[in-house]
Amino acid sequence: MGFRQSYRLRLKRKRYLWRAWRKSRELRNVVDRSQNLPGNGIFVFSTLRNEAVRLPYFLEYYRNMGVDHFFIVDNDSDDGSTQYLAPQEDVTLYSTKASYKSSRFGVDWLNHLQHKHGPGHWCLVVDPDEFFVFPFCDSRPLRALTDWLDASSMRAFSAMLLDMYPKGPINDTEYFAGDDPVEASGWFDSGNYTYKRNHDIGNIWIQGGPRSRLFFPDDPHKAPALNKTPLVKWEKSFAYLSSTHSLLPRGLNHNYETNGGEKASGVLLHTKFLSTFATKAKEEVKRGQHYANSQEYIAYADANEENPEIWCKWSEKYINWRQLEVLGLMSKGNWA
Amino acid sequence: MTVGIVMLVHADFDRAAQIARHWVDGGCPVVIHIDKKVSDAKVSSFKATLADIDEIKFSERHKCEWGMWGLVAATQDASELLLQSFPNVRHVYLSSGSCIPLRPVQELVAYLDAHADTDFIESATIEDVTWTVDGLEEERFTLRFPFSWRKQRRLFDRYVSLQRRLRVKRKLPFKMQPHIGSQWWCLTRETLEGVLKDPLRGKYDKFFSRVWIPDESYFQTLSRTHSRKIESRSLTLSKFDFQGKPHIFYDDHLQLLRRSDCFVARKIWSGADKLYETFLRSPEDALTIAEPQPEKIDRLFSKATERRVKGRHGLVMQSRIPNDMWRHGKSCREYAVFEGFDSLFEDFIPWLKRTTELRVHGHLFNQDIVEFADGETMFKGGMSNSKHLRDYDPTGFLRNLIWNARDEHQAFQFGPQDNQSIHWEFATDPNACVAMITGAWLIDGFRKGLPFEELRKTAAKHQKIESTHRDALQSGYANAKSRIWTLAEFLEAPAENLSLVMNDISPGLGRQITEAPKMVDLTGFGAFVQNLKNEGMNPFVLGDFRQDDGREVSEKPARKPYLVR
Repeated sequence: MGFRQSYRLRLKRKRYLWRAWRKSRELRNVVDRSQNLPGNGIFVFSTLRNEAVRLPYFLEYYRNMGVDHFFIVDNDSDDGSTQYLAPQEDVTLYSTKASYKSSRFGVDWLNHLQHKHGPGHWCLVVDPDEFFVFPFCDSRPLRALTDWLDASSMRAFSAMLLDMYPKGPINDTEYFAGDDPVEASGWFDSGNYTYKRNHDIGNIWIQGGPRSRLFFPDDPHKAPALNKTPLVKWEKSFAYLSSTHSLLPRGLNHNYETNGGEKASGVLLHTKFLSTFATKAKEEVKRGQHYANSQEYIAYADANEENPEIWCKWSEKYINWRQLEVLGLMSKGNWA
Repeated sequence: MTVGIVMLVHADFDRAAQIARHWVDGGCPVVIHIDKKVSDAKVSSFKATLADIDEIKFSERHKCEWGMWGLVAATQDASELLLQSFPNVRHVYLSSGSCIPLRPVQELVAYLDAHADTDFIESATIEDVTWTVDGLEEERFTLRFPFSWRKQRRLFDRYVSLQRRLRVKRKLPFKMQPHIGSQWWCLTRETLEGVLKDPLRGKYDKFFSRVWIPDESYFQTLSRTHSRKIESRSLTLSKFDFQGKPHIFYDDHLQLLRRSDCFVARKIWSGADKLYETFLRSPEDALTIAEPQPEKIDRLFSKATERRVKGRHGLVMQSRIPNDMWRHGKSCREYAVFEGFDSLFEDFIPWLKRTTELRVHGHLFNQDIVEFADGETMFKGGMSNSKHLRDYDPTGFLRNLIWNARDEHQAFQFGPQDNQSIHWEFATDPNACVAMITGAWLIDGFRKGLPFEELRKTAAKHQKIESTHRDALQSGYANAKSRIWTLAEFLEAPAENLSLVMNDISPGLGRQITEAPKMVDLTGFGAFVQNLKNEGMNPFVLGDFRQDDGREVSEKPARKPYLVR
């Protein structure tokens, strides 16, 4: 990497940090429980809007994994999400009515919160419909992973987004608060992904899966990105660029081996396709607050008119992380 | 007589205290060395928790930097204190705060009683060692290392290369060969006293204090002169990964550790509650004197290292993106490519499916649609038959196809009318087995009876494409196992040639074939070819095709095809 590129990326990073600071004025602190957090605590950062039905399971899932605290930005919910979150003992809650889109889909807000609370901590940035799976997650807590990453001098850990869907039409899959969404939508595509290297910021651009084959069969270039780096040992100078798909400094994106071996990696089970989805898609199209003019949601809303079935006979039923490892979607690397 | 424990501690003091108590409960006195970098507050509270035990002593504190002399100095002082304070100690066991005894302490004592004058210390000459990861072997001793590898890496590296350039070579202060081995040893009182009270110790210490990773060589070398009987192995189960950092044990390793019969294991994750609880319990079973068997654990860790260093061939995923697929496996298993066969034989695909175990796809790279086996619209892994999705990353498409059905032997059809973007991909893949009849695609045009002008144009185009592809298969870069005939050559002995192809795909497959596929009716094809020639095209890919029809030609004796590997 030449000096020019390096300097350009540095400026870019500074610009995003500046943006994060500017956008931080849109945040109002509802409850602050961030004092007296353990010095080696693991934190979850999340932005959400109207996710009340998903929150009970979401919080429980990450608590069981060993997360010490949640920093949540509530973007103008009116379904009781705020009321549910505020009394939770391990939640620091912010709220804002500002535009999701102009905060670059929540990234600016979270960059600010991470800048403020994250340095020196392992930070996991996930949406309420994303469930982090890592090697040995059924027998080892998250801290075992972060300790190992520390010992291996690794600062970030990648986990690609794996879209989960139910068998049968989406609208017929009922979901109630507290249910395991992976149980309700337990299927996924195991082997139709494309991997492209972005040499500018060093990340891998992953596309494919059910969204690509159903909603973008004629224009795969537009299919959503699935690469994610949700777990990072945060420092003040770090900044996410677009969602958790990539971040700066660019070395944090380089969590893959180019010499034939495999580094350790995980998966984010993305349980977007539940019965709640159709309403959400319609609403989001109306709001127009999502990436690339909500193109994705428009495609979904169109397809949803017919209440489509994503499932096909080659869909895989989710069992555990070992299955994902065997299928080649994640890797233990040299962690044993 | 008993065993004394020297314990080096720098973190996780709760766990260290737990282990120290366990040793003492088993009748082993303990001397603890605490890293000087640890804050005084932590040290005093740690000492306070163990203040009730007389058999635990604390030695003078040194700064312990990995790879530096401090660790040896700490060990020396602690050992001296141990030998002085506890005269009933016959063996000294060096361990750390994250070492856990896997077997009852009494078993270790009994085992050492049975080997009263044996020193257990891994100690090998440098020539015999293959495990060093830093590339510094002999130079560990002949260069000087005043800089920390962890914190002053740049200085470290520069000073090493400077010394190399200046051809610095320190002289060893002793005659024997330097030995290296695991840091974790168990020495007899005689040997240890011999080393510590050696009249030349000052000279040795001065030398080793500038050696790289002296804790892996100081005692390993010096015990050679003082020991009566060395068993060159460590009683501590400690495995290192490819970066030279120790593998860590977790709760889910419980059964594995139990069955290993090793005395002590390192390194245990401090959060592994179940391991601490299980192994620090007082023994219930009768004592055994089994020999340690770490093989299973060795296998687990060497597999992990292989996964990290080599990975799974033919797989591309978020954390494996080889720069150079050619070197790291383009595909995960063998597959077959048929070119021209489905034009020459009427029922080639159903026939192939019927007579072999192959999963037979049609033209996967058809310009209009992906022709998966049996006319399916989707395939394993959720692969779609959309040409756009395929053409977005054709190489990835092929790789996914082979990976997703890696429990099957797959075959697909290919020809000049298809998307050619992957033709180099399989031509250079040693897993590909390609059988090609050049010019056979002309039969399709002949049978369809297309307008001659149109046919003449596409034929010229396809011929060009096909010959480019043939050149690729025959080039020096090609790794595929390929057999190439012109149509004329193939028709000289179709059955024999087909059998050769089958044997290439899977040895013995040719013999199993009892029924032949039905060849298309070539009556008039000779005249058709002549017509093309008359129009000014040179269909050279057909070979030496004569005007009389194909069947007559095939009666002639077969010529040997050439096999390109």
